[in-house]
Amino acid sequence: MKQKLMTAAFAALMAAGPALADLTIIDTSYRTGPYAANGIPFSDGYQDYFTLLNQRDGGIGGEKINLVECETGYNTEKGVECYEATKGAGNGALIYQPLSTGITYQLIPKASADGIPLHTMGYGRTSAKNGGVFEWVFNYPANYWDGASHAITHILDQNGGDISGKKISLIYHNSAYGKEPIRTLEELGKKHGFDLVLLPVDHPGQEQKSQWLQIRRDRPDYVLMWGWGVMNQVAVQEAVNIRFPMENFIGIWWSGSENDVKAAGPAANGYKALTFHNLGRNYPVYDDIQKHVLDAGKAAGAGDQLGSVLYNRGMYAAMLAAEAIKTAQEMHGVSVIDAAQLRDGMENLEMTEAKMAALGLPGFGPEFKVSCENHGGNGYGAVAQWDAAAGEFTLITDYFQSDQEIIAKLVAEDSAAFAAENGITPRC
Amino acid sequence: MFYREAGDFKTSYVDDNQTFPIRFDRYRYYAVLVAAFAVIPFLINDYWVNAVFLPFLIYTIAAIGLNILVGYCGQVSLGTGGFMAVGAYACYKLMVAFPEINIFFHVIVSGGITAAVCVLFGLPSLRIKGFYLAVATLAAQFFLVWLFNRVGWFYNYSASGQINAPERTVFGVAVTGAQTAPWAAYLFCLIFTVICAILARNLTRGMAGRKWMAIRDMDIAAEIIGVNPLKAKLTAFAVSGFFVGISGALFFSVYLGAVEVGEVFGINKSFLVLFMVIIGGLGSIFGSFAGAAFLVLLPVLLKNVLVGGLGWPTDLAAHLEFIIVGALIVIFLIAEPHGLAQLWRVAKEKLRLWPFPH
Repeated sequence: MKQKLMTAAFAALMAAGPALADLTIIDTSYRTGPYAANGIPFSDGYQDYFTLLNQRDGGIGGEKINLVECETGYNTEKGVECYEATKGAGNGALIYQPLSTGITYQLIPKASADGIPLHTMGYGRTSAKNGGVFEWVFNYPANYWDGASHAITHILDQNGGDISGKKISLIYHNSAYGKEPIRTLEELGKKHGFDLVLLPVDHPGQEQKSQWLQIRRDRPDYVLMWGWGVMNQVAVQEAVNIRFPMENFIGIWWSGSENDVKAAGPAANGYKALTFHNLGRNYPVYDDIQKHVLDAGKAAGAGDQLGSVLYNRGMYAAMLAAEAIKTAQEMHGVSVIDAAQLRDGMENLEMTEAKMAALGLPGFGPEFKVSCENHGGNGYGAVAQWDAAAGEFTLITDYFQSDQEIIAKLVAEDSAAFAAENGITPRC
Repeated sequence: MFYREAGDFKTSYVDDNQTFPIRFDRYRYYAVLVAAFAVIPFLINDYWVNAVFLPFLIYTIAAIGLNILVGYCGQVSLGTGGFMAVGAYACYKLMVAFPEINIFFHVIVSGGITAAVCVLFGLPSLRIKGFYLAVATLAAQFFLVWLFNRVGWFYNYSASGQINAPERTVFGVAVTGAQTAPWAAYLFCLIFTVICAILARNLTRGMAGRKWMAIRDMDIAAEIIGVNPLKAKLTAFAVSGFFVGISGALFFSVYLGAVEVGEVFGINKSFLVLFMVIIGGLGSIFGSFAGAAFLVLLPVLLKNVLVGGLGWPTDLAAHLEFIIVGALIVIFLIAEPHGLAQLWRVAKEKLRLWPFPH
C-alpha cells in the first residue's frame, strides 16, 4: 500500500505537463510485439504526414498539430491505459485511430461517453457505418464486410460470374477482427452458392500447421485470409509450402503489405490482397515528405518505410483526419476546434478527386461523402497482386463497389441490435 | 523503535490472535483503510482508476485466489487465465439474463460458478502432483479459452465473438458501462478486494488453512494425522476458484467492459498472476497485494517516467520496460527468494530494533 501511494505520487508528478498545443492528435501505435511489423509503417506514415503539415504549412489552418504517441502493443489493457492517459493531453485529444479491432471495441462506449471521435479506417466494428446509432465512430472509406464482398466479386469475375459449388476457405485470426467477415461471407455463400470452410488461427498466429494441412486435404478453390502481424507471414509461407496456387489466395487489406510476403521469397509471387487506397510512392506529396520531413531529420521511425503499403495507409488516415479538421474549421469558423467540432467535420467530410489532386495525392483513394446515415463511405476497393521480382504490390483491377444490397441489410441488423442493447435512438 | 510489543497488553485469547498484534501495525492498517475508503475516492480521475487502481485491486483478488492454491495448499496451477474467463463469461451471462438483479450478486455467483469449474479441474490433483498437475491445469487453460471462443452461446452469438458489459447500477450509481464515475468503479472493486482479503486471511489461519498447509508440507504425513486429502485439496481449489472467478468477473465488467477471451484471458494472464504470487511471496496475503502492485504499477510507472518524463521514443521505452521489470524480478528473487512479503517481514524486524540493532 505504501509502495502504491509513493508510486502514485511519483507518477502524478510525471504525468503532469504535456506540451500545450492547439490541435492534439493521438497516435496509439504498436512498435513492439508480434504485430510490430505492421504497426511501425502505419504509425510512421500517420506521424510523418502531420509532421509534413507542421513543417510545410505551419499546421492546419494556422494551428500547429501536437502529436502524442502511445504504445499499445496491440494489447487491449494497454490500449485502455493509453486512452485514459492521452484523452486529456493538450487541449484534449481530437481523434483516435487505434488500429486494433479489439481496442476499438473497448473504446466505442468510452469515446462515445467522452465525446471524442474514433476513426477506424477499414477495421473495427463494421456496423459503425450506421452513423445514426454510432454518433462518434467513423469507418470510412471501407469496412470488413466490403472487403469480404470485394474478394467474392473478384472471384466471380474470374469465373465468369458463376461460383456455385466452389469451395472457399477463410483462414482468420481467431478474434473479433477475424470473425467480422464470417456473417457476410455466409450471406454471400447463400446468394452465390459456394461452400465456406472456416479455419481459425489463434493469437499470435505462428502455429498454423494443422490449418494448412486441412487446406491441403480439402483442396479449396480459393483461400481468403483475415490475418494481422506475424500470422500473415506464416500463412503465406505455409501456402508456399503446400504449393497452393498463390493467385487463388486473397488477403484482406491488413494481410497485404510487403512484410507479409517478402519472407516467403519468389514463391509468394502472385499473392493477392485487397486495398482501398493506391500503392507506391509516385505521388507529389512524397517529394514534400522527403524534403520537409526526412531530409529535415524529423521522420517518425527509421524513415525507411516510405511508399510501403502500410505507410501509405497510415498517411491516408492522417490525410483524412487533416481534411476533416479543415472541414470542421470551415464549418465553425474557428481555427482551434474541439473534439465535438471535429466530429461535425468528419460527418460532413467530402473527398473528391480535385481535393486529393490538390493535396498531391491524385487518384489515391475513392471519392466519398460522409453523412449522418453513412459513416462508412461507399465501399469501393480494388485488388492488388504481389510481384516478387519487382518487390511491390500492383493494382490489377479498378476500384469496384461491394455488394451493397447484402451489406446494407447486415449493417442495419447489427446496428439495430446495438441500439436496442444500449438504449440508443437513431439520430437519423 | 517501531513495531514494538512493549506497552501493548493483551488480555484475551482473541487479542492474542489478531491479524495485526502490534499496535503500530494495527494503526497503520486502519490508516490505510481510511485512506483507501475516504480519501482516495475524492482524489482520483479516470486515468488513475483505469490505469492504476482497478488493475491493482482486481489482480490482487486473483493473486489471493492463486496464493491459496499454490502458496497455502501447494497445488501448482497454470489455469488462472482460464478460470478468470469462467468468471467473466458467467458474469456476462448473468448480467444479460437477469438484468433486474444487482450486479453485486452477479459477481459473487460468478465466483461460485468458477469455484465449481475449478473443483472439476482440480480432481486430477488427487492423483498427480507438482509439474504434472501444472500440465493438467494448463490443459484447463487452453480448453476453457477454446470453449468460450468456440461455443456461440457463451457470447450470445455476437458477430465479433466479444462480450460487452451493459450498464448496471448499485444504489442507482453506475458501476459498469461507459458512464461509470471513477470513484464508483474504484469503490466497487475496493469493497470486493477488502472482503476477499479478510476472508482469505481468516480462512488461512483457521482449520481449513492449517489442513491446506499440512497437505502442502507433506501430504502423506497430513493424511496420517487425519487430514482428508480429498476434502483439503478440493476445498483449496474451490476457494481459489471463487476468488479468481470474482476477479475475472470484475476484470470484464468493471475494468475492461468488453472482452475477447483469447487475448485477455490467454496463457499470459496465468503466468502473470503466478508471477505476482511468487514475487509477492507464497503463502502470504500481504504478498498478494505486494506482487500485484509490483507487476501492475511498475510498468505504468516506468512508462510515465520514460515517455512522459524523459520524452523517450515509445518503442524504446516499451522494450526497456520489459528489460527493467525482468531484471528486477530476477534481482528480487535472488536477494529474497521468499518474495516481497519476506522483505517486509525482515524490514519490520529491523525497524523494531532500530536504532540499536544489538
